[in-house]
Amino acid sequence: MAIRLGRGTAELASRPAILGQAAVGGQTEQEGPLGHVFAQVFAEAHLGEKCWEMAETRLQQASMSHALERAHCAPEGIDLHLGGDLLNQCSATSFALRELGIPLAGIYSACASFAQALAMGALALESGAFGKVSACASSHFCAAEKQFRFPLEFGGQAPPTAQRTATAAGAAILGTGVGPRISRVIFGKVTDLGVKNANEMGAAMAPAAWDTLKRFLQDTESKPGDFDMILTGDLGGIGSALLQELARTEAGLDIASVHQDCGLLLYDTEEQDAGVGGSGVGCSAAVLCGEIFPKLQSGELRRVLFLGTGALLSAVSPLQGESIPAVAHGVELTADS
Amino acid sequence: MKTDKNQYETMVHKASPDSPHAKNFLLAFLVGGAICAFGQGLYLAYEKLGFAEEQVKIMVPCTLIFLTALATAFGVFDKLGKHAGAGTGVPITGFANAIAAPAMETRCEGLILGVGANLFKLAGPVLAYGSAVSTIYGLIYFFFGRG
Repeated sequence: MAIRLGRGTAELASRPAILGQAAVGGQTEQEGPLGHVFAQVFAEAHLGEKCWEMAETRLQQASMSHALERAHCAPEGIDLHLGGDLLNQCSATSFALRELGIPLAGIYSACASFAQALAMGALALESGAFGKVSACASSHFCAAEKQFRFPLEFGGQAPPTAQRTATAAGAAILGTGVGPRISRVIFGKVTDLGVKNANEMGAAMAPAAWDTLKRFLQDTESKPGDFDMILTGDLGGIGSALLQELARTEAGLDIASVHQDCGLLLYDTEEQDAGVGGSGVGCSAAVLCGEIFPKLQSGELRRVLFLGTGALLSAVSPLQGESIPAVAHGVELTADS
Repeated sequence: MKTDKNQYETMVHKASPDSPHAKNFLLAFLVGGAICAFGQGLYLAYEKLGFAEEQVKIMVPCTLIFLTALATAFGVFDKLGKHAGAGTGVPITGFANAIAAPAMETRCEGLILGVGANLFKLAGPVLAYGSAVSTIYGLIYFFFGRG
C-alpha cells in the first residue's frame, strides 16, 4: 500500500514497472538530436488523413500499437487507459481509443498530461484493482497552431520567446514485471505568477515546476544531487533558465548540473526552426518513451525526477485578459534493481 | 524567500530576448519594397500591353492576390512571411494570405461552416475597422474637404 510522504508525495510500495513503451514523431522531430529513438516516423504531417486532428489520432494509435507490441501485450490485456492531448475535448485520445476497446479515463492537464497519466496509472496499479494500465499522450504541431494560434499557412512572425509544439506521441504499458519503476508521484498545484503572454509558455510554467520540485524535495527529504536527472516537460530555454533561477533565489539550490528539459532535448534550437525549444504534451511523452525509459532500462540512468509541465490556458483566456495558470506533476523513475 | 509577481515579471523580462527589431525592420522594408516594385512593374507591363489605366488599376491587385493565394497554397508564403513580417503582411499580399490560409485549413470542416465561416477569421478585423475608418474619413471629407 502506498504511503504518504510529507504533504503531497505518494510513495508506492509496489513500484509499478514500465513493461513497454514507444515514441512516434514527425519529420522535424526525426531531424532533431533524438531522431533515432522513434519507433515510427511520419514524414507527411497529415499522416494520410484529411485534417490535422485526425492525424493526431493516428499518432496515438501508432504509439499504442508499438508499445503494446513491445510489452508483448494485447489491448484486451489492459485494464485501464489513461490518455490526454491538447485538442478540444481531448478528441485525439477519445478517437484513438475507439478501436482499442480498453476502458478509458481521459485526462487533461495540457502538457503535463503524460506525467499525470503515469502518476494516476501507477496509483491505479498500487491499489491492486488493476493489473495493467496504459498511458498515452500526443500533440501535433499543425493541430495546435490551428487551435491556439493562427492557421498554418498564415505568414506571421513568431516572437523570440515562442516554442514549437512537437508532432509526437508516446505510449507506455505499466504493470508488474521487469522495467523502469515508478517509485513516487506528486501532483502539482495550479500556480500563476501573472504571465499573460501566450507566447511565453516557458515563463508561465516555470513557477509551477519549481513549486512541485520544492514540495517533492521537502516531502522526500532529498536534494537535487540525489538524482541523475531532474527532467522538466517543456520549459524550453527561457523557462529552464527561470526554473534554475527560482531554485537559486528561493532555496539556494543549484539544479543546473542535473536539470534537463524535454523541449531542449527533442530539438536542436540552434539548427532547427523550433524557437526556444519544443513544447506540447507529445514532446515530453516522446522524450520519456524514446530516450529516458530505455536509459533507465539499460542502467545508464538510475534515478530521474520527471516534472511534466502544463500551461492551463484556453484559446480565448489570454484574449479575456487572464494570466496563464500552470501545473507540474512529478513522477520519480528509478532503474529496476 | 518567495518570489512575488513583480519580482517574477522582472526575472521574465531579463530572461526573454527582445525581437531583433533592426533586422525585422530591414527585412520588412526590403521585401515589402520588392513587392511594391513588382506591383509597379506589373502596372507598367499591363500598360505596355495596351490596357486602359482603369483596367490596369484592377489587374495589378488581382495579380498580386492570385500569386499570394498560389504561394500560400504551395506552402511558400508563410516561410517568406516568417522572415519578412510586415513586409509581406502590410501590402495586399498580407490580406490575400489572411483569407487563403484559414480557407485551406478549414476545408475539411465543410464549405459552409468550415471555409465560409472561417474565411474572414483573420481578415475580418481589417475589413471591419478599415470600413469604419473609411466612413469617418469620408464624412470628414464630405463636410470639410471639398472647400
